[in-house]
Amino acid sequence: MAQPAPVLNPDRAVALPGGPPQRRLDFGKLGHFVAVGLLTLAAVASLLPLYWMITGSLKLQQNAMSVPPELWPSSPTLENYRKLFFGSKPALRWFLNSLCVAGGIAAGAVATSSMAGYALARKEFPGRKLFFVLIIATMILPREVALVPLAMLMRQFQWFDTYQGLIVPFLCYPFGIFLIRQFARGLPQELLDAAQVDGAGELQVFSRVVLPILKPAVGAVAIFAFVGGWNEYLWQLIIVNREDMLTLPVGVSKLVSSLTTFDLGVAMAGATFAFLPMLVIFLAFQGYFVKGVTLGAVKG
Amino acid sequence: MRELPEARVTLAPVEAKAPGLRARRLLAGVLGRLYRDRWGLFFAAPALVLFSLFILYPLAQGLLLSFFEAGLSQDRRFVGLANFARLMGDSAFLQAVRNTGALVLGVAPLSTLLGLAISLVVFPLSQRAQGFFRLAFYLPGVASGVVLSLVWLWIYQPTYGLLNHLLGLAGGPRIAWLGSSEWALPSLGLVVLTWILGQPVLLMLAGLGTISPELMEAAHLDGAGPAARLWRITLPLLRPTLLFVLVTQTIAVMQTVVVVIVMTRGGPANATQTFVYRIYETAFDFYQFGYASAMGTVLFLFAAAITLVQFRLLGRELEG
Repeated sequence: MAQPAPVLNPDRAVALPGGPPQRRLDFGKLGHFVAVGLLTLAAVASLLPLYWMITGSLKLQQNAMSVPPELWPSSPTLENYRKLFFGSKPALRWFLNSLCVAGGIAAGAVATSSMAGYALARKEFPGRKLFFVLIIATMILPREVALVPLAMLMRQFQWFDTYQGLIVPFLCYPFGIFLIRQFARGLPQELLDAAQVDGAGELQVFSRVVLPILKPAVGAVAIFAFVGGWNEYLWQLIIVNREDMLTLPVGVSKLVSSLTTFDLGVAMAGATFAFLPMLVIFLAFQGYFVKGVTLGAVKG
Repeated sequence: MRELPEARVTLAPVEAKAPGLRARRLLAGVLGRLYRDRWGLFFAAPALVLFSLFILYPLAQGLLLSFFEAGLSQDRRFVGLANFARLMGDSAFLQAVRNTGALVLGVAPLSTLLGLAISLVVFPLSQRAQGFFRLAFYLPGVASGVVLSLVWLWIYQPTYGLLNHLLGLAGGPRIAWLGSSEWALPSLGLVVLTWILGQPVLLMLAGLGTISPELMEAAHLDGAGPAARLWRITLPLLRPTLLFVLVTQTIAVMQTVVVVIVMTRGGPANATQTFVYRIYETAFDFYQFGYASAMGTVLFLFAAAITLVQFRLLGRELEG
């Protein structure tokens, strides 16, 4: 391939004399402004639905349906939240259900993932290689493949409409196992040996030495499992029929499915409430998200 | 020659004793190994049990069930490949496969490319600006599909929806986004795109961060312009990330179902049927478990094939 001729690089002459090394892919000043402008537009478009949801939750039905739409609620009200939580549907219970389910999944996934990830990285056991391959495979393959048999299994266990049914199938979290395993492979062996020489048993080595070092990865697993459990919709829709066992996302979506009495404001209030915990978690633990997503992509 | 019979003599008694001895030795070996690996087994056990029961067993059961006719009653009937034969002539299913294919081909490459473009523009900006844009593109992804679907249902509403209003300001026509068979699928595609765009942006920003500035500077001093640096340095170094993103995005889009359940229920006229939505409807509205499992098996094969092909590419990437 031909080297680009120097004359074709006007920025070379400009940038060379003493300028600091440029990180940007300088397409020229104008290009840069256009690109950042487009980027800002895209970011606004990406956030617009969330803005629309939150402001919509403050609008009464007639304001929500006004033509042209009110870009800012003309008479903001919390009436929709009152209707949602003190109306005919047990929305508060749905919220608590979601909290229990996501919390249970997160706690369980952290326990099984950190143990199994540690075992995969640092211990020997029969079938270790096979287990790891299967973990990778199920991490990638869509879970919906096994949806039907899993639901049939729940019927055998009589776990429909129960917390077990909502939680237990998600306690083995392949992504979490993978993440911890990647992290645990980097543990210095001398540290583990030293702890053992000091008389620590296997359990103590795990809980006092390994877990504290793995904290960032464990945190990432907890957060991803919690968010995943909170947002898991299809499964919750399938195995819950009783109204008081519904989770918040499923309950709110059922408010809407009766389209004749579809109250936009109440639906948006429900959606906002289903979103708020995720927003808080994301803002509080943004670093973990970045770490989790990037680490998950590292090929092992 | 003389030693041969002797050898036979010494061999015979051992062989006669062998079965019991060998079994005992085998047992001792297995027990010894289990004892040696007891801590590995201990730590792996909870995950192993849960994995076998709730992931592996249903998977195997699903493959098996594809060859049966099974419904709500306990008895099932072996039907061989009949379920698969029926799939070939099931117009709603075939439509769902086509729609899912269209979504995958439309959304996955687009989100990968958009993610690349966005991260290229965002990367040189200040830390604070990077943080804002990361937030802006990742936030829809932490909202659940239901939450987004509910909002978009309203935004797409033809008479008082936001989208038609904004289009109207620009002199555009009023469109029945979810009500017309030509627009419904692209409309869902847009929702899915905004939902999954965060991962590519995050990953590629991280990928760009691993490219050494010295390398860029050296290329710059050697007279490589921005385009040359993008093509010769940035893109080749980002290739593993790009491929990984493409694989995961492809699989994610293949599973599109929540937006369908909340927004269109597969309509109008099957225009938004998707693979997983067919499975869901067939199993949990029509209670045809065997038939739904056959669909699941086909989905499994599709996903496995795509993953294998992409892994081959990734593998070659790692070797080269």
